[in-house]
Amino acid sequence: MTYKRKDGRKNDEMRSPIIAKVGIVPNADGSAMFQIGKTIAIAAVYGPKKMHPQHSQNPERGTLRCTYNMLSFSVEDRIRPGPSRRSTEISKITQWALDPVVMLNNYPNMVVDVHISITQADAGTRCAGINAAAMALAHAGIPMRDMVSSVAVGKMDKTIVLDLDKYEDSEFEDGEGSTDIPMSFTNNGEMTHLQLDGKITKEQLKEAAKMAQKASKEIYEIQKKALKESLGDLK
Amino acid sequence: MSERKIVIPGETIEEGNDFLPGEGTEKTGEKIIALRYGLAEESNRLVKVIPLSGVYNPRRGNVVIGKVEILTFNGWVINIGTAENAFLSLAEVPGFVNKDGLDEIMDIGDMATVKISGINKRGVDVTIKSRGLGRIDEGIIVSVNPNKVPRIIGKEGSMINLIKEETKSNITVGQNGYVWIQGDKIEDELFAKKAILFVTEKSFTSGLTEEVKKWFEENKK
Repeated sequence: MTYKRKDGRKNDEMRSPIIAKVGIVPNADGSAMFQIGKTIAIAAVYGPKKMHPQHSQNPERGTLRCTYNMLSFSVEDRIRPGPSRRSTEISKITQWALDPVVMLNNYPNMVVDVHISITQADAGTRCAGINAAAMALAHAGIPMRDMVSSVAVGKMDKTIVLDLDKYEDSEFEDGEGSTDIPMSFTNNGEMTHLQLDGKITKEQLKEAAKMAQKASKEIYEIQKKALKESLGDLK
Repeated sequence: MSERKIVIPGETIEEGNDFLPGEGTEKTGEKIIALRYGLAEESNRLVKVIPLSGVYNPRRGNVVIGKVEILTFNGWVINIGTAENAFLSLAEVPGFVNKDGLDEIMDIGDMATVKISGINKRGVDVTIKSRGLGRIDEGIIVSVNPNKVPRIIGKEGSMINLIKEETKSNITVGQNGYVWIQGDKIEDELFAKKAILFVTEKSFTSGLTEEVKKWFEENKK
């Protein structure tokens, strides 16, 4: 028995609309918004600036510092504002997903701050956050090897599907239940981040990674378009 | 590639061995890829990326405007809007300076135009041993986006000369985005400020100098 998606999407289809915008926070050095389905993430980048507290300065290279925050009105039941176990983990994960591409060798003792706010949450917030953060970093003029695009793949019972929504992520419990696997890729196709808690076979994980890699290319094109069009008609 | 185009990090600008990687680019294999977001430009086979956004990056030879923050026993610490504060050493000041009278040259809170003489691990070193550098005594200072500075100056100073002429003011543009306007009357200075803000607003239109000429005709009383 195969799983049929509730919203009528194909198994390898992402939610729509996918909207990306750049330069939405005028006070930040770089900023971006990324929306996929009902999930909206805003990222603002500040720096490079001097690292404070001084004891966390790295004299060899600059540091990337990410903070992920879900706003209290982002979900149906108000969530308690402020840092939580979950948001601390996602901050760290975002940082690790972006660290391989940012080149901060020429910024010793400095820090680049990335603040991610989730204004509307409907599953896949860390992926939306990473996508927004990558665009905001580029917009801030931070030297980067490549862009990062992130997408989640899930296993619903035994079927691999792309980009879970809220129902698929947290309410579906038939058979083996649902497993969420967020992944991030550079445009080169290299993986910078993978999270998995749940059971999956080796073959299925490979299938999932292939599916996510393909979808990340689509997201990359959207990010690219947003960055290129943010200046309006230059000529 | 004859036209300039917007590139994003990781994007391939040129392929093949005919080109050399310049600033903001890197060569991996046969490809020259952009390392930052900006305008890709090619001249004499050298490919580089001109930044369009982000914070000001200090470079040697830049003239910048900053605020004196700290007096030390052998110099001044000046905030030029970068992560590292700039240091102006006593040795970089022309003429004799009494070591007890540093505040007579520049005091805390004074604004100064300085030139970046070097950048090292510990910070930025600046000098005022050139004409037109030193403490600012009169006029107004306008802060603009540092990425718009090339537009305010224009091709070989065409834009800034136009504004100077039309407003009869003396204008110094710091590369860090601070613009010092000094005119005979305060009206002239405010008019120059208006003109500069107009340029930053319209910075992405082509034929900007013509546009500004028109603006001056319309706004001149």
